Amino acid sequence: MSGKLGRYPQAGGGKTACRGEGIAGLGCSLLRHCRRVGLRLLLVAGLSLAWTAVPDGAARATGLEIPVVYLTKEEKARVPLSLLDPVLMDDGVWGARLGLKDNQTTGQFLKHDYRLIETVVGKDEDLVAAFKKVMAAAGGLVLADLRTPDLEAIAGLPEAADALIFNVRAGDDGLRNEGCRPNVFHIAPSRAMKADALAQYLVWKKWNRWLLVHGKGEGDLAFAEALRKAAKKFGAEIVEERPVDADPVSARTDSGHIQIQQQIPVLTQGAADHDVLVVADESDAFGEYLPYRTWDARPVAGTQGLVPTAWHRSHEQWGGTQIQRRLHKIAERDMTVRDYASWAAMRAIGEAVTRTSSAETAKIKAHLLSDKFKLAAFKGEPLTFRTWNQQLRQPVLLAAPRSLVSVSPQPGFLHQRTPLDSLGYDEPESGCELQ
Amino acid sequence: MKRNLAVAGLLAFAWVAAAPGSMAKTIYVSNEKGNSITVIDAETLEVTDTVEVGQRPRGITLSKDQKYLYICASDDNHVEVLDLETLKVVRTLPSGPDPELFVLHPSGNPLFVANEDDNLVTVVDVEKGNVLAEIPVGVEPEGMGISPDGKVMVNTSETTNMAHFIDTSTYEITDNVLVDSRPRFAEFTKDGKHVWVTSEIGGTVSVIDTQSKEIVHKVTFEISGVRPEAIQPVGARVTSDGKLAFIALGPSNRVAVVDAQSFEVLDYLLVGQRVWQLAFDGDEKRIYSTNGVSNDISVIDVEKRKVIKSIPVGRFPWGVVVKD
Repeated sequence: MSGKLGRYPQAGGGKTACRGEGIAGLGCSLLRHCRRVGLRLLLVAGLSLAWTAVPDGAARATGLEIPVVYLTKEEKARVPLSLLDPVLMDDGVWGARLGLKDNQTTGQFLKHDYRLIETVVGKDEDLVAAFKKVMAAAGGLVLADLRTPDLEAIAGLPEAADALIFNVRAGDDGLRNEGCRPNVFHIAPSRAMKADALAQYLVWKKWNRWLLVHGKGEGDLAFAEALRKAAKKFGAEIVEERPVDADPVSARTDSGHIQIQQQIPVLTQGAADHDVLVVADESDAFGEYLPYRTWDARPVAGTQGLVPTAWHRSHEQWGGTQIQRRLHKIAERDMTVRDYASWAAMRAIGEAVTRTSSAETAKIKAHLLSDKFKLAAFKGEPLTFRTWNQQLRQPVLLAAPRSLVSVSPQPGFLHQRTPLDSLGYDEPESGCELQ
Repeated sequence: MKRNLAVAGLLAFAWVAAAPGSMAKTIYVSNEKGNSITVIDAETLEVTDTVEVGQRPRGITLSKDQKYLYICASDDNHVEVLDLETLKVVRTLPSGPDPELFVLHPSGNPLFVANEDDNLVTVVDVEKGNVLAEIPVGVEPEGMGISPDGKVMVNTSETTNMAHFIDTSTYEITDNVLVDSRPRFAEFTKDGKHVWVTSEIGGTVSVIDTQSKEIVHKVTFEISGVRPEAIQPVGARVTSDGKLAFIALGPSNRVAVVDAQSFEVLDYLLVGQRVWQLAFDGDEKRIYSTNGVSNDISVIDVEKRKVIKSIPVGRFPWGVVVKD
């Protein structure tokens, strides 16, 4: 047990923790992988036993088994700019666990037995080896809570050819365009979808002149590019760009706010006339410091301020309260974007298995791409997959730190297929042609 | 506005004091965010009172003798009993956590409550005030329907996408019928032969044969100028003669009128925004819809199939019932 993963069941070194056996009452067929399961895991399993009190007579013995792998890589803890944001070492996995619970509750009526195999690959360990090992044991359903290079490393393996990999994290547009693969479904919205969602709202507000402030990291540059494209697409204008070189001294050092108060006005002074400052700072290095400190009195939107996002802790529309509560109950914290994507991926698998009575990846894939697939996911309308690049169509929330501001697509942004396809790369402009 | 309310409040108070409960037909509406029940005279269609109740009131239903209104106070985790003479909450019933919707046994007892957060249906004795049973069901139970003879209850679970048939004598699930996404409501026909289950995200209504448990028909909807994703069936009511069904279609702001024999959609009536639930009055001459986003209810003439009035109520109206 090398890592320190908080309440996360520890499974470093390619060791795999298997959940669900307590609930199934059968023992886990993958028990040989359930080595060195920590005390915390046992506690969690105990809890899950309590939630799913299986009705009498709901026999499982002859049921269909559906093992799902949750695969992630241990990362160095990143300290957020705000004291208010918890340092999470279990981001994402709780959504998969909640999705598992939901699927199990449904499965008990159909003798469908879902398992979640949580695999956390250590920082210095071989992801590919761990993936191969878990594939051999668990079959082909994988939630990949990975960054782009890691996702690409596993998706291209021969062992993954018949797998279905659900990308619950990486927002790169390349993965949905030229880099698309038939074995990868994208649950997380792409950068372009998020930038378009924000652009529609800003244009609706008639805040058409944008000052773009961006960092220099790879993600920052990619999101800045998505914002440029969105501005062009929806008729906004980027009046000026300001790349940010150095990280401002953190306000979280003692009296750090004094420096920040001086630095941000300097960073933003003398800019061309603009209605709104849009920021691309995916690594959260300075964006949090922009609101209230800019030279001109302008709102901030983008990666900080008003953010386009797949999920937000303030979201309570369309039954959202229910899932927020259910996650809180098991995880004792708010649902994150990665949790939501993992939950939605589990539910998409659950829907396909329920409707097809099969755990075969080919049948699941066919169902996900059919017009029979409609995922209810607390966004007010059915979510479906784009057949050409296997991206989940979804409304994108626009959230201020403590409240939901709007949900895109905005009224009036029409599309021949569905307004949801006004977000992100549309079929004709996509470099991906899977179907 | 505030003053008007105050005046209305005084008037209502005077009224209640003068002739408590003397109104003939009365409409009761639960206001989910207003934490209140709006009382409306069904003859004059005027709001006569607004009663503060527990937090997040959603499902409401009348006691068999029509003297009490049972209210799911979702965020208070209990059912409140409102005396319709005095308009005071006289007692609370246990309900299990987060009660959303419920259905009363035709005999007047017990009450079957859907606990949305806990995947349970709780059976509550309304006289003794105790819990008789907890029935584990699918994820996010909501819709609750009961057969006219009281023998079979149907619960729908929104995330599991099933209609669970429950034997009311054993409290056991006998059958599970898969329906389209996010089933919200279950309504038995008066002859007990069919149960209509609405699917909000699926956009359909499944008509299930209660004997064979087969879906005999799936009603679909199409409204010109409205995108299909906005057609989200929620509340449903079928007339006693089994001839017409009314289906509330959520954010499409329409109530569909369906021929309950041929399942053909006859008409779409424009009502308020995000229409949730429906209730007939006793003689089924009118049906009322709660419109969640526009904070009003629509009054529909059943025979003419026409919306005749909108009545502003509290914030986010959810449930509606009519006392004779």
